[in-house]
Formats: sequence, structure tokens, C-alpha cells
Amino acid sequence: MFDEASLAAQGALDAGATYADARVVITKTESINVRNQNLDQMDRSETVGVGVRALIGSSWGFAATADLSNESIRSAGERASAIAKASAIVPGPPMEFADVPVVEDFWETPYEEDPFLVATSEKVDMLINVTKTLQSVEGVAIAVGSLTFYDTNKWFVSSQGHRIHQHIIESGGGYDATAIGERETQRRSYPQSFGQYETGGFETIRAWDYEENAQRIAEEAVALLTADEMEERETSLILEASQLALQIHESVGHAIELDRILGWEAAFAGTSHLQLSKLHSHRYGSDLMNITADATLPGALGTFGYDDEGTPAQSVDIVRNGTWVGVLSGRDSAAIAGLPPGGMVRADGFNRLPMVRMTNVGLLPGEGTLDDIIADTDDGVYMSTNRSWSIDDRRLNFQFGTEIAWEVKNGRLGRMLKNPTYTGITPQFWGSLDRLAGEAEWVHWGTPNCGKGQPMQVAHTGHSASPGRFANIRVGVRA
Amino acid sequence: MNREQNLVNETLEIVGGRAEAEVLADVGVTSLTRFANSFIHQNVSEDVEQVTLRVALEGRVASSTTTATTHEGLTRFVDATIETAAGQPVDEDWAGLGGPTGFTAIDHWDHTTASADPTARAEAVRAFVDAGEGLLGAGYCQTEARRRAYGNTAGRQVHGRFTTAVVDGIHQTPSSAGSGHAAAMALSSIDAGAVGALAAQRARDGIGAIDTKPGKYRVVLSPECIATIAVFLNVYGFNAKMSEEEMSFVNLGEQQFDETISIWDDPTDSRALYLPFDSEGTSKSRVDLVRSGVSTSLLHTRRTARKAATVSTGHAAPDSAMWGPFAENLFLDEGNNSVEELIAGIDRGIYVSTFNYCRVLDPKTLVVTGLTRNGTFMIENGEITHPVTDMRFTQSFVDAMAPGRVEGIGSDARFADSEFGPTFIHAPSMRLAQWNFTGGAGG
Repeated sequence: MFDEASLAAQGALDAGATYADARVVITKTESINVRNQNLDQMDRSETVGVGVRALIGSSWGFAATADLSNESIRSAGERASAIAKASAIVPGPPMEFADVPVVEDFWETPYEEDPFLVATSEKVDMLINVTKTLQSVEGVAIAVGSLTFYDTNKWFVSSQGHRIHQHIIESGGGYDATAIGERETQRRSYPQSFGQYETGGFETIRAWDYEENAQRIAEEAVALLTADEMEERETSLILEASQLALQIHESVGHAIELDRILGWEAAFAGTSHLQLSKLHSHRYGSDLMNITADATLPGALGTFGYDDEGTPAQSVDIVRNGTWVGVLSGRDSAAIAGLPPGGMVRADGFNRLPMVRMTNVGLLPGEGTLDDIIADTDDGVYMSTNRSWSIDDRRLNFQFGTEIAWEVKNGRLGRMLKNPTYTGITPQFWGSLDRLAGEAEWVHWGTPNCGKGQPMQVAHTGHSASPGRFANIRVGVRA
Repeated sequence: MNREQNLVNETLEIVGGRAEAEVLADVGVTSLTRFANSFIHQNVSEDVEQVTLRVALEGRVASSTTTATTHEGLTRFVDATIETAAGQPVDEDWAGLGGPTGFTAIDHWDHTTASADPTARAEAVRAFVDAGEGLLGAGYCQTEARRRAYGNTAGRQVHGRFTTAVVDGIHQTPSSAGSGHAAAMALSSIDAGAVGALAAQRARDGIGAIDTKPGKYRVVLSPECIATIAVFLNVYGFNAKMSEEEMSFVNLGEQQFDETISIWDDPTDSRALYLPFDSEGTSKSRVDLVRSGVSTSLLHTRRTARKAATVSTGHAAPDSAMWGPFAENLFLDEGNNSVEELIAGIDRGIYVSTFNYCRVLDPKTLVVTGLTRNGTFMIENGEITHPVTDMRFTQSFVDAMAPGRVEGIGSDARFADSEFGPTFIHAPSMRLAQWNFTGGAGG
């Protein structure tokens, strides 16, 4: 497929591009959804196409087609340049473009079991069985299980000489149980809401042992209907690791995207409260806060060999001992900011323009365990598993809801609490981080549904986290 | 016969008599010119051609989508989908295929928009940006032309086409931002300069915003805010799947909204966009969801209709087995008040231009948290007196429009940009008696 990609890039160059790159992408997807022991959806899809990017002056032009005839491919390249030229009607400063090593390479996700070769009957039976277990608990009205697999082959070429073939395999899934009351619904999910996604094969699904946890999850969903409502107050907040992972995603991951900081996403996704002039001096959080963007973590969802500009995967320090020190960047945004390109530009298919996306933006572990943290808390709440999330366009003012919580009194878990929420302001919140569990409970959580860009793109991102505690947080906000 | 119809027929021929099958083929072009810091920085165009197939073998169902539309590609695609279906358990909720049907031949199509080139979109961007001299503009201009055909082995065949155009953006000062939005079937009917001028005015009016104490306020909500509310009513409320699972607030026949509220879905309206049939080939007609405050209908697919012993309303999408039906041509009845009149009756309240990042806390009560964005203003003694910083709310969207809670509806209904995407909700401004703001800029 390198020939097809090269033809597209050449078409753009011949039409006037100063730089061009192209990706031929073949993506296979399998999506299985079981509801109350009935197979609701079995979908296996495949997209094939080429996307070509042309740089002229201040703008990218991008064109994509699924028609892989030579005529169509070359036409797409020419069209990308024509589109870039039209941008001169509303011009900006010339787009700079940072250098990266020119590479010819092949990279593949390490995996043991190709999920597309595991019999669909085994996968469907697994979900039917787990929803049967969930429904065996009286009071569970809806039991849903799902599995999704992605197999992506990308051939990338650039006018600078890159020729990179990557084969990336992602596997994910999970289940949830919903109990319905008079004027409320209560849900519990496993391994986390929307499921857990990782790079790797079917072995990653087996490792989560769906059946083992189903009875507990179902019982908790039903128990929530009669649990006490969380009262509104300020208290110590202990977050289970998957919720802390989403907290990282929303209040750190998006805020450090350089395209947002530069205003490129101002109208839709938003900007950032961070200013480049304060890089290396802005206090993001407490001394316990150490964040990296590491695209090399084995098994994490945001792991790859090269980004969609041909920049090698790397680990970049983002927050060191509470101080902001790094950003997520691509070759153009990094050049403007005078920073080294971070290799964090990806597209969600052949038909989308690559843009700055999170890789694995994670919080490095601390010491001890969740049990230690609870034992060390006189008064507080422990919240688990995301239910809702909302944050403003500068990534400052947030409110999260979780599926379940327990009060913490004198070092022990107490009553179960329903409809838990907490709210805060990003730097104050992270500044209140006072305990962080260690590596034994550090998990590479995956977020498979990160939306950004126009047209909308959905990225798969990773967020490593262990449980943590935050002091004096407002909890229990309600209508 | 058009390309999309040929793709449907070719795919059905490959299926032959091996299975029940339905095919959806999409052909078109989607182009989007994006600008930030007052210049075009991203500019894209995509040729769309894809085929979606669903097959059933005695109730064993599988679906698949492909962009590999050569005969060889389609043959491989059909064979693989049938093979997948054969290995599955029976889908107890499979509703079968619909037979031959008539449908209203509606053509929401504009040739000029269908062939709009990057220069046409860039000119619209130019007009938006120029309307905010001295400000920083950001946003996009999109044109889309799509042809769709549906066919199945039970003899149903429908096809249609549509165009859409959108100009959407903000202008920014160093301390404020204001938004503007327009969507239509034809790019030529959008005054991008006027959209930019509104955004610029809101941005300038927003300079010097001050924090306001959270609490319950009267509000005047723009069409964008009402469109966002309507998305939640659509997805979580009038969705028959949610209702069947007892997750919806909707109780048919009950006065659940103020008597001034009427909501319907109607692709036959001359103002509407999109197609008069759904992904199951079911013909659409007007469906009244709320009439004078009374919830009157649910949206159905063939699957939900079978369970409810009724007929599909034509609101299926390819993923509807998982998510349920969805309305694409939603209208909220407008009133006869100007925005100034809505504001004039308020001693102390808040005007909101846009909602942001709304997420549901509980689907059954439709309690949602979100924020204001791109223009939030204090109303005092019937006038806007000063801008306020963005605020967080936690509010039941159903309770907000409950009987007695709607104090006025604007005469300004138009296609409004909900935070989940433009062009499918036609909504007016609205004055509501109470809105629960639970936090300000400081938390």
C-alpha cells in the first residue's frame, strides 16, 4: 500500500504543496452487544481508504477517498492542494513544521490472541453468560455486555521520505447492570463505565475475569436503590482508579493539548487555562502529582510505534512534582511554540485530518494501597466508577458523578451512598492531592470515546492511575 | 439509476436467496473549512461511499459496513456477513424486513451547495471574520451533499438526497467570547456576515464579566440552549427503547410540559433537512411528540415497534438496536415574543447564549449538569445590565419546562446548534421560571 500512499502525496506535491503526506488505512472493527441474554448487535465492518494532507502557506488541505484506483488517489492529492490554496482567501502566518527523523519501519502491537480469530460464538456466549449472572440478582432490570475489537493497518508516507507500516490491535469491553426505581435508575459497571480498552489481543479481555465480578456488580446496582443520598458538604474525597483516570483525561489531558493552548480548537472543544509563558513555572498540583504522556507503555490504549505524522512514540514529562513542564504536540504546533514535537498527532481513520490527541496521559503511582488510604482517613467519601462528566471549555470548572460511593469514618468504609457527585476547579483540586496509592494498584485505564475536532473525531486514549485522595472537596451537588 | 441505487441492487444480487437482507448505500461529499485566530488553518473534504448490510438467517442476525465497494469487495463483504450471522444465536427481538412501501418524495437539495468548492466556503469564512474587526474569530463552514438508497430482499426500495450548509463560530476578545450559528439546506441562504456580527456583538458585550452567586434564577435561553435540551428529550425521553426499559420520563397522555410547549418531528416540513425515510427504509411523516404540553407519542424503529405492538415511525439508525430510535427533524413550536420582550419581564435573571458539556446524571429524571459559554448576561429590571462569568448548572430538563414553568417563547425559531451537532433541531428562545445554577467560575 506504500505505492498508493506515495501516489496520493505526489499528486499533492505536483499541485503545489510544499509538503505532503498520505496514509492508506484499513480498519476492521467487530462490535458485539448483548442485552438481557439476547444478542442485540453483531457487527463486523471494514473501512479502506486514503487520506492525503497538503501544506501550502498557512493552512493544511486534506482530502480523502475510499476509491483506491490510481486516478482517484492522485485526484485526492491534487484536491488536497487545491483546498489548501483556497485557504489563502483568509490567510495567516506561514505554518512552520518541526523536523523529525525520516524513518522506514514496521511496528506492531504485541498480542497473544488475535481477537478476530477467536470464535464469535465464544465471545457471544461469554456475554450471554455474564448478563445471565447479572439478571440472576433480583431487581436487575437491564444487563448489558459488550465487546469491541479494532484491527488497524496504516501505511504512512511523506514527501520527506517516511515509509512506515503499523499494525495496531485494540480490544475492549465490559458490562453493566441497571436497577430501576420509582423515579430513578441506578447502574453499576465493570471493569469501568463504557468498559476497559487496551492495546493487545483477546488475552486482555480474559484477564479481567468478567464472570468473577458479576454477582457483586449486580447486587450493588440493586442496593443503590435503597442507599442513602450523598449529602452536600466539603470533605476528603478518595477516588477509585478508573474515576481518577477520567479526572486526568478531562482536567489535565485536554488542558495540555498544544492546539487548544494555541487557540486552534477555540470554537468547539475550547481552549485551555494554561499559558505557554508559564510552562515550567505554573503550579498544577501538589508535590505528589507527576504526569507523563507515554505512548510506549505496553498494553495501554494510547500506545503505538509512530504517530500519524511519522514522529516516533515517546514519553514526555507533563507535570513534575506538581509543576507543569510539558504539552501534547505535533510537528506544526511544536514548531510554533518552539518545543520539540511530541509525536501526539493522530486521526481516527483514513478520512480525517490528523490532530493533537492524548497518548497515555497518566499519573505516576505513589505508595501504599487503597486500604492504607482509607485506614488513614477519619472522615470522607470513597467514590467509584464514572457515571457523568462535565468540564468547561478551559478545563477548569468540572463536575463528575460516579455510580457508587461509601462514606469513610474513622478509617473504615461505612454506608453505601447513591448519586454521588463532586465538583472543583482544576489547580485547586490537584493541589489538594494528599495521598496516592502505589504501583500494585496502578492500571492503564483506556478511554475509547474521546471526541474532538470538526468534523468530529473519536480517539482512543490511555490514562494510568492508582487510587488517590483529595482534601476538602465539595461533594453531593444535586439539582 | 444513481450510484447508490446500483450499490444497493448489486449487493442484494450478491446476497441472492441466501438470507433476508437489507442494504443501505451512501454516496456524497462532506467538506469543512475551519478557522481559528481569524485564519483558515484546517480545510478538509471527504468523498463518501459506503454500504451497510444487515442479514438474517432464520433470526440469526449480523450487520456490517464497508467502504470497499468494488464488485470483489462487495462479494467478500456479503459472504463474510452471512457467515458471521450463521454462527450467532437467534435474535429474539429481530423484527424482520418491511415490504414495499410508498414514501413522500421530498428533495431537500440545493445544487449549488452540492457543488460548493473550497473557495465558496472560504468566502463565507471571510465574511464571518470580517464582521469582527479587531477580534479573533474561530469556527467553521461546512457543506454536505449526500445521496442514500435503501433496498431489501422483501422488495422495499427507497432513495433520496439532501444537502446541508452550516456556518458556526465565535469571536473572542482577550477576556470574552460570543457565538453565532446558522444552518440551512443552501449555503447561499446563510448570511455568514450576520452570523459573525452576532458573535462579535456577544463577545464585545461580554467584556468585563463578573462572578455571580449560584442559585435559582429566571432565565432566557437562546435557541442553541433549547436545542441542547431537545437533544436530551429526544435521546432519553421520546426514545421508545428507553421507554420500554422504564428509563424514560415520558408518560403518554400526561401534561408533562407547559401548555405552550409543542414538539414534533417532520421531514416533510419545507424547512426540514435530511431524508424522508430511515435506515430500515421506513417512510417518515410528522410525529407529534408533545402537543400543548401533553406527551403524545414515542419514536419507534421496527424493533421497538414490534415489542410495543405498534408500527415503526421511521426513526431507525444503523446502531438503533443498541441505542434506540432518534429524531432528525425536530421542531419546537415558536411563540410570538421577541427576545427583548422575554427579557423585559424579568426583575433579576440570566440570559444564556450557549450551553456546554451537558451530561446526564439520571436519565429517568433527566437531571443534567452543564455550563454556560460564549455569552452569559445578568438581567435586572427587564434589561441586560452586565456580563457574568460562565456558570455551572444541575437541572432537570423536564422540570424546567413543566406546567407553569415556561413564561414565554420567542418568535425566533431557527436551526440551532446544540452542543451535539448542528442542523437537526429547529428551536426558539425561551423564558423559564427557574434554573438551578450550582456553581460559578470559582467552583
